[in-house]
Parts: sequence; C-alpha cells; structure tokens
Amino acid sequence: MSHAKPWKGFVLSGLASSAGYALLFAYLNDREAMAPFFQKENWWLPVMVAFAFSLAHGAFTGYFWDVLGVRAKPRGSKS
Amino acid sequence: MTEFIALGADSVAFLLIVGFIGGLVSGFIGSGGAFVLTPGMMSLGVPGVVAVASNICHKFPKALVGAYKRHKYGQVDIKLGLVMAATAAVGMWWGAGVQQSVRESFGEAGSNLYVSVAFVVVLAIVGGFVLRDAIRIYRAGTTEHEEEVSRLARWVRSVEIPGTMMTFRVAKTRVSFLFVLPLGFATGLLASTIAVGGFVGVPGMMYVLGAPGLVASATELVIAFVMGLGGTVKYALGGYVDVRLAMLILLGSLFGVQLGAIGTTFVKPYMIKVVMATIMLIVAVSRALVIPVYLGQLKVLAISAALAAFLKQVSFVMMVLALAVGAIIIIGAMIRGHRAQA
Repeated sequence: MSHAKPWKGFVLSGLASSAGYALLFAYLNDREAMAPFFQKENWWLPVMVAFAFSLAHGAFTGYFWDVLGVRAKPRGSKS
Repeated sequence: MTEFIALGADSVAFLLIVGFIGGLVSGFIGSGGAFVLTPGMMSLGVPGVVAVASNICHKFPKALVGAYKRHKYGQVDIKLGLVMAATAAVGMWWGAGVQQSVRESFGEAGSNLYVSVAFVVVLAIVGGFVLRDAIRIYRAGTTEHEEEVSRLARWVRSVEIPGTMMTFRVAKTRVSFLFVLPLGFATGLLASTIAVGGFVGVPGMMYVLGAPGLVASATELVIAFVMGLGGTVKYALGGYVDVRLAMLILLGSLFGVQLGAIGTTFVKPYMIKVVMATIMLIVAVSRALVIPVYLGQLKVLAISAALAAFLKQVSFVMMVLALAVGAIIIIGAMIRGHRAQA
C-alpha cells in the first residue's frame, strides 16, 4: 500500500527542532548564559524547556521515521 | 548553583548514543536506560544528584512522546496508568525516605549496598519469572496466540470487593483497586530505589492484573511520564537539573522511543517478555558484581582497591551490554516482523 510522505510536517518540525538544538549547542558551555536554568527560583524553566523540546523534536522524530518508510504495521494485518 | 560541567564532543556523543539505545528500549518495554545513563553521566564528572535529576528530566518528555505514539496504536490504558502513577507517587515518597534513613545510618557505601541488593533480588526474581514464562510460550509454540492470562491474574479478577472494583478497558481487565494499589506502590518504591520502576510495574500489570504485555509496557510510559514530571519539579526546586544534559539525551532518545514504539507493532507479543527478562537478568548480574566492593567499603570484606576498581568497571560494561543486547533483540525482531509482512 502506498503512503504519502509527510514532507511538510517533517520540514517544519525539523526546523523547530534544529532551532532549539542550535541554541543549545551555541550556549552549551556558556556558564553565564546557562546560569538562569540552574537557579532554584527558576525551577519551571527546565520543565518548560523539556516540554518545548518534546513537542518539536518529538514531532520531528516521528516524521523522520515515517519519511524513511519505517512505519507501524497496519492494524489487522498478519505478522 | 549546581556545579557547571564543561561538555566536550565525547560527552555529547556518549549522551546521544546511550540516549538513542535507552529510548529504543523504553519505547519497546516501557522503561530502561536510566541504569546506564546515570552512572555514565557520573563517569563524565557529573555529581550523582545532578545525574539523577537530569536523567529524570529527560525521562518525562521521552515517556510523553512514547505514550502518545503507542496510544495511537491503541496500546495505552490511560486510566490504569494514572491510577498506578498516583499510587506509585506514594511508593516513591516512602522509598526516598527509606533511602535517606539508610544513608544516614550506614553512609554512602551502605546506601549503595542497599540499592545493589535491591537490584539483584528484585531483578533476579522478577526477571527469572518473566524469562520462564517467555520460554514456556516459545516451547508451547503459542507465540502467535494472544497471551494467556496468568493463574494469579485469573484469581485477582475473580475477587469481588464491593465499592473497589475498577474496569480497565484497554487492558481488558476488571479488578479491585486494592490490588492495583500495592502494585503502584511497589513500582514507585523501586523507581526511587533503582530508578527503573517499570521492572516491577510492567510484570505486575501482566501477571497480577492480567494486562497483555503490549498494553502493560505502553501503560508504563504513562506512569513514567507522571513520575518523571513530578521528579523533575522536585529536583528543579533544588536547582539540580542540568537541562543541557537532559536535552542532549533527549536528542537521541526521541529517535529511539519512536522506533521502539513502531517496533511493538511488528513483533510477536512475547518478545516484550524476552527483551525485558534479558535486560533484567544481565543488570542483576552486573549489580551483583559490585556488592563485594560496597561490602569492602563497609569493612565487612577485605578487598583490594585494584579488584574493586576492576569489578566496578566490569559491572558498568555489563550494564551497557544489557542495554545493547536489548536493542539488538528489538531491531532483530522488528526486521523479522517486517520481512514476514512484506
């Protein structure tokens, strides 16, 4: 069965995920820029960052395998 | 502020690779990876509490993505997951208290010994039981059939306690809440002790409640999400989460969790049990190897520093091996399942 590849979702989520990780790598070892993420009063920051990455990178990785043709077996077909 | 560790290319590569393999195993059996990631981060120079906190911070988004994916395949029992998670939170809280009192009474070595003994006893018993069941299914030639409900689960389902009965539609079971409660509690207790509550939660849902393996492993992701989110908030309030470490692990981990979830639709249901038992038993042996080291630190056993270092190294390599073997079995089973379908 042919399956249309979700290129649009792949590109958009890929851009969002890449932007997030580009920022992370740009400031990876910048102690000053990263300082707010380690402060007790900013406890919500790591939680928000994790949610944002799970949304963008979660969507991207889903599309990634789909575009590669690695998809779940359709329900009801024999193994 | 938490100690700031400079991250080089080798550290990043380690987190990406282990993240991917851990994600693959988690997407497939509902948990895994923490037992390699936490000591692995510590070997990179990350303080223990930061390693635990950062691992938990990557766990909840990973579990969220895995649970969403497997929910789309109709494998997640959200109600069961939430009830288990609520009771697991109590177990986790109690377990953390036990850990603290062990540390106060016997020091760091005593605490490590307690964790290792818990690993060995729980994983050897539960892992051995799961492996025996997988071998029985294989020998009976019923690998293609829907899983049989265990005798214990049949009894649990038959016990009617008015006012406590709950129906879990996806898990295809109706049981008293009074049986779910200790199971969730034990999952949380184990999660706070060895960081992998799923090693009790998944077999418990399968053999005590009678949930199919695929549903149990998928539902574990809901529990992992709730406990991971709670744990992240708790550690972030102390300023212990290193978000860089967590997001680097997540980079590889989400590729893995998606692939592992897809894999569950291709393999025979008993493969969940094979992978879980294999990992649990290798990890049990790995943790058994370091028990003499902690006994040495407590002056119960005379052991040379060289031998202690050697045992610790072999133990870590075996944990990496456990994860790698699990990943190889999953990929092999996926390829076989894919070929059979083609």
